[in-house]
Amino acid sequence: MSYLQEVYPLLQSAFWLTLKISFWGILNAFILGMVMSIIIFYRIPILSQIFNGFVAFFRNTPLLLHLFFLYFGFPRAFGIVMSFETTALIGLSLLGSAYMAEAFKSGIQRIASSQLDSGKAIGLNPFQLARYIIVPQAFTYSVPAIGANCIFLFKETSVFTAIAGTDITTVVINLISNNGHTNENLLFLVIAYAIVIIPFTIALTFIERRARYAEFGA
Amino acid sequence: MQNLGLDILDWISIERLLSGLYFTLEVALISIIMTLFWGTIFGIIRTSNRLLVRVPFRLYLEVVRILPTLVLLYLLYYILPAIININISGRVVGILAFSFWGIAEMSDIVRGSILSLPKHQRESALAIGLNQFQLFRYVLLPQALKMAIPPALNLSARIIMTTSLLVLIGVQDIIKVGKEIIEYAAMMNNPMAPFWIYGLILLIFFMICYPLSKLASRLTRKH
Repeated sequence: MSYLQEVYPLLQSAFWLTLKISFWGILNAFILGMVMSIIIFYRIPILSQIFNGFVAFFRNTPLLLHLFFLYFGFPRAFGIVMSFETTALIGLSLLGSAYMAEAFKSGIQRIASSQLDSGKAIGLNPFQLARYIIVPQAFTYSVPAIGANCIFLFKETSVFTAIAGTDITTVVINLISNNGHTNENLLFLVIAYAIVIIPFTIALTFIERRARYAEFGA
Repeated sequence: MQNLGLDILDWISIERLLSGLYFTLEVALISIIMTLFWGTIFGIIRTSNRLLVRVPFRLYLEVVRILPTLVLLYLLYYILPAIININISGRVVGILAFSFWGIAEMSDIVRGSILSLPKHQRESALAIGLNQFQLFRYVLLPQALKMAIPPALNLSARIIMTTSLLVLIGVQDIIKVGKEIIEYAAMMNNPMAPFWIYGLILLIFFMICYPLSKLASRLTRKH
């Protein structure tokens, strides 16, 4: 117990860093994903093909390799060096936006075509159509998928270990290899993920129930 | 840009990468087979209404849902040798961790598709006098497993991607081989090597996983 007290400040700051990167990464992913899914929905030439390829690529390659590529490959080849935090944030945002775009895409597909037709009939332009009809409904339809993505992305932050960051998983594994105390350290790691994900899951079931009120004709 | 460093992608590197890929895929394939087999069995068991069955499996699923696969990998990697006093190779730890995770997900897929079958299927089967075994063997499983194919394909692609974590416990997989090639190239003053090697490995992963998920989404659309 005294051991954990000793290393607690270190663990705490690593935990906050993980939370911080997850929060901004997931927020970026959310916004980027929404924009991409709308562009794909409107079939805007070139852009929609690029984003379709982007989604397919990031959904079918592991985050660990994205991080290696971003951290060791891409910037160094062009003479830019990025910090661990920047790399982690970019990696998480890119991966996340591909997953979020997919979630929104299936949400948009569930919108009744009569909704879109009526919107066009009363003279909404494409932007207004997206703002007043597509986004609110696609959002409510995809709340479960978005929530699952948030949990998935938060868990993926453990992979930051690959680029030797200062996130919670890396710090715990370093502590184990430096001072032993395997059980205490691993217990802390498990608790760190559990205290974020369990309340989030509970909140999510609540939000899902509330969000259904906004579904039209369902 | 006088030197793109493309000479790192010679046949020797590619051959070495492919041999690393072989080990990666071997672990992935064993994990996938374990996942599909035990996941189906656990999924069938989980359709039971008994509390004594439901609670432990539910707990198992929640543990997997909360823990990142990497943490699971580390847990087994550090704890297993302490419990049983033999040296377990990283590959075996990997297979155990990926299967542990995959089986939970697969059991949820199978359970979901069995429960989504209309109730009258079960009732008519029981009415014509089939027993529990026959009910599953002839009525529920053929339909449910067909429904479970697309998510199972997606899960397989995810397992293949997750095997990339093996490098973090020191297993000689495709990424570890890539790292070794890059370290050698660094001695030869080739700063572009990580770009090409990691780029190539990304492409290899994409070429393996993309057809699987594409097939899955095509099968989903057909239904």
